[in-house]
Amino acid sequence: MNPQGASRPRALRAAIGALLCVCALVSPAAQDGPEADRERMVNFFNERFPGVPLQDYIYGAMIVSADARAQYEQIMEFPPFLGDLDAGRRIWEKPFRNGRTFASCFPDNGRNVVGNYPHYDAALDKIVTFEMALNRCLEDNGEPPMRYGEREPLGVLSAYARTLSDGMPMNVKIQSEKALVKYEAGKDIYFRRMGQLNAACAGCHMHLAGRTMRMEVISPTIGHATHWPIFRAGEELMTFQGRFNRCMEQMRAAPFGYNSEAWNNLEYFLSYLSNGLPLKASVFRK
Amino acid sequence: MTRPIRMRVRLDGDLAEIRALIDHPMETGLRKDSKTGELVPLHFIQNLTVSLNGKPVLETQWGQAIARNPYIQLRVRGARVDDEVSIEWLDNQGERGRASAKVPPPG
Repeated sequence: MNPQGASRPRALRAAIGALLCVCALVSPAAQDGPEADRERMVNFFNERFPGVPLQDYIYGAMIVSADARAQYEQIMEFPPFLGDLDAGRRIWEKPFRNGRTFASCFPDNGRNVVGNYPHYDAALDKIVTFEMALNRCLEDNGEPPMRYGEREPLGVLSAYARTLSDGMPMNVKIQSEKALVKYEAGKDIYFRRMGQLNAACAGCHMHLAGRTMRMEVISPTIGHATHWPIFRAGEELMTFQGRFNRCMEQMRAAPFGYNSEAWNNLEYFLSYLSNGLPLKASVFRK
Repeated sequence: MTRPIRMRVRLDGDLAEIRALIDHPMETGLRKDSKTGELVPLHFIQNLTVSLNGKPVLETQWGQAIARNPYIQLRVRGARVDDEVSIEWLDNQGERGRASAKVPPPG
């Protein structure tokens, strides 16, 4: 080896070192925080699925299959779960004992509100999901709360009430340090390996999104939060947190459970990543 | 107890596309109630008729193999705007259901 060749790697190392210094000097605010996370995630999927408009991510795994998308559109023309939505509407409109209804608990009678959920409640120091808001409405009016994770009444009620916000862009805000703590807790769950398979949410829904696992195409992280609840095969009502539970079971881990703080934080994190995407409630999924 | 039929009719030329979603448990008689352990009695739609202006265009005999909340779709030739499409069913427990709709203008 000639002496010139030996000096070249040294020069390269110095150059890399200088580059790293420059990177460190760029303000950390531009690289950290929820908005940067969201942009990084969007860029990640733009590279993975070039040419897919951001708005299409609400269709989940169907962005890679025109055939599945066509079937979906056909089913959604006349969906098989209309009866469940009607049952939800009856609960939504049925007056409480004091004569008020669910609509009285929300601005604009519950139209275009769901995009603001989940939000951080400073008084409780907790994340409040839309389902929790429905239950709080019952408690404020002296009614017994509904159980989380049950198909009726909360499942079908939420399925109907969320349709009132169809088309509203997801608009989750993180406005305080304490809210950021909840966001970070949700993010931690998303990237943490858990269970016997040692899998993380992000392992499949980021790095394997669009690929096939056990005959199913894996959906991308962006757009995960926009279309709940789903009716699997048109029959089985599954809420966002019900999906978390099922995912954890498939990772061979013990699920955190409906309305647990862990799930609420995760819902907060994922909803933030879907900011700006239009909501579409109660859809068909396989 | 009334079991609604949700019906949509669309006219395309002289073809009427009729789609209907029928609320019905369609019990096979083989399922057990998870609380009591008793068999849930057989309960299914036996006869279903679709008519155009009172004249049957489809007469079917169904069994318990058809799934819960059945969906049917058919096309009928010779339909005109404002014709009346009706769907009637009779189940094995003697319950009946009926719904009708007018053929809307195309488009």
